[in-house]
Amino acid sequence: MSEIVVVHDVSKSFGRVRALSDISLDVQDGELFGIVGPDGAGKTTLFRILVTLLLPESGTATVLGLDVVKDYREIRRRVGYMPGTFSLYPDLSVAENIQFFASVFGTTLEKGYDLIAPVYKQIEPFKDRRSAALSGGMKQKLALCCALVHRPDILFLDEPTTGVDAVSRREFWDQLGRLKASGLTILVSTPYMDEAVRCDRVALMQVGKLLAVDSPATISQQYDRPLIAISGAKRYEMLLALREYPHARSVYPFGDALHYTDARADIEPNAIVAELDRYLRDRGFSDVSAEPIQAGIEDSFMALMGGKAEAA
Amino acid sequence: MTVDRTSTAIDASELTKKFGDFTAVDRITFDVAIGEVFGFLGANGAGKTTAIRMLVGLLEPTSGEGHVAGFDIIRQRKEIRKNIGYMSQRFSLYADMTIRENIRLYGTIYGMSDQAIAEGTNRLLATLDLTERADDLVGTLPLGWKQKLAFLVAMLHSPKIVFLDEPTGGVDPVTRRQFWEMIYAAAKTTTIFVTTHYMDEAEYCDRISIMVDGRIAAMGTPAELKSEFNATSVDEVFVKLARPEGAPA
Repeated sequence: MSEIVVVHDVSKSFGRVRALSDISLDVQDGELFGIVGPDGAGKTTLFRILVTLLLPESGTATVLGLDVVKDYREIRRRVGYMPGTFSLYPDLSVAENIQFFASVFGTTLEKGYDLIAPVYKQIEPFKDRRSAALSGGMKQKLALCCALVHRPDILFLDEPTTGVDAVSRREFWDQLGRLKASGLTILVSTPYMDEAVRCDRVALMQVGKLLAVDSPATISQQYDRPLIAISGAKRYEMLLALREYPHARSVYPFGDALHYTDARADIEPNAIVAELDRYLRDRGFSDVSAEPIQAGIEDSFMALMGGKAEAA
Repeated sequence: MTVDRTSTAIDASELTKKFGDFTAVDRITFDVAIGEVFGFLGANGAGKTTAIRMLVGLLEPTSGEGHVAGFDIIRQRKEIRKNIGYMSQRFSLYADMTIRENIRLYGTIYGMSDQAIAEGTNRLLATLDLTERADDLVGTLPLGWKQKLAFLVAMLHSPKIVFLDEPTGGVDPVTRRQFWEMIYAAAKTTTIFVTTHYMDEAEYCDRISIMVDGRIAAMGTPAELKSEFNATSVDEVFVKLARPEGAPA
């Protein structure tokens, strides 16, 4: 394995807004690497620096061993980039858009065909349709084809699944898995925490800062205290009741359960379960079910945020 | 079927919208009880937005009928608009105006008195703990705060029903949960009609419907749907409905 991307102490501000603060990370050859964080985390700014569309204010970064400031021409030839907003030519057809991007890179649709084929075949029936008239899902597939047609050495996908429904998101990640299997290095950003588990490694980001960089499994394992999942009827009332429990540290809704952590550092998970069970029954909640669980990426992200939402 | 409108916030019967040959919404029938948190789910392009636009009086149905807050969606659109709040997925406040100016603008549009606007503004700012920032431009707030503000602004005129179209997209996980707690608190006095791509949020709703290709393919409490489709999560139910075996992506 070798390092394909190296980011060292990169910072960037826009006026008074510090978009990136001392970011350092590396991406290995052939990795599917995720940048996970909400709006305003700095994901797009980091991508724009790496694809040479923005200059870092301080720090250094290399892509494919090339410096993002000095070697920008060479980098631009060798990366594929799919920006977060649809940026193809609405008046050109599907085929014309791909041909245009191929010709800009001095190649043709035919020469890139085998790489884009699994994606392109799904939109080929509409190849003569103007791209403006495509559905959201098809636009996304076309943009991916345009980013791939010149056979880049590394692919940058900026929030390809934002606003996309849960089923289509799943299918998009299946697609990325196949591209990774062909040996391509892929950097992808997303605000959806559940997508982190599809990556080899992830960088968790919030307001321009790195919270963690590691494999999703390692990040989950590093969750520093017992986590209890509690379910039952009247979930909202139960949430409010649990917040009043004297030892409660955090209580959050998580799908059909509540996730509870305790303020005491040295207590056994099963002891907490027994206590909470009794506490909730005393307060009139029936059919309560509580059990210790392994933290997920979203639990970890919230813990790393310090359990606090961003300040206004 | 007769619907008792004293306990129903929204009802739709055989509601249909065609654009040329394309049927975007295909004879959907459902109702939402007063005070319910109703999740309106579906894949991109399934017809959710078209259905919502008909319910809030922005689009005339091709056929079928419906009532919102007791008013007819075809003949009483003005009354409906006065009695609902609406928050779109794209942030719906003005970035170049201050927080206070935005609240005032919306209050004025809804015909509230100066006194009601002043009281509503103070209450809203206190809820969000933004009193000291009332004269800052909305554009200077982080996304999560803008969304919380937009929600309370949509509730300013005490609507009977509030429509929330993907209110939490891109918001951090802690703020996302604070937002849902605001929804729960609001549900004591207001009916909530919400769309989301976060399947964990679907579990927070009293009832959900899932649209597939213009039809309502399933409707019930999250527990009922999981049991009906033999699934452990709403996410799984969604996958089974949106991509039946063998169907192309």
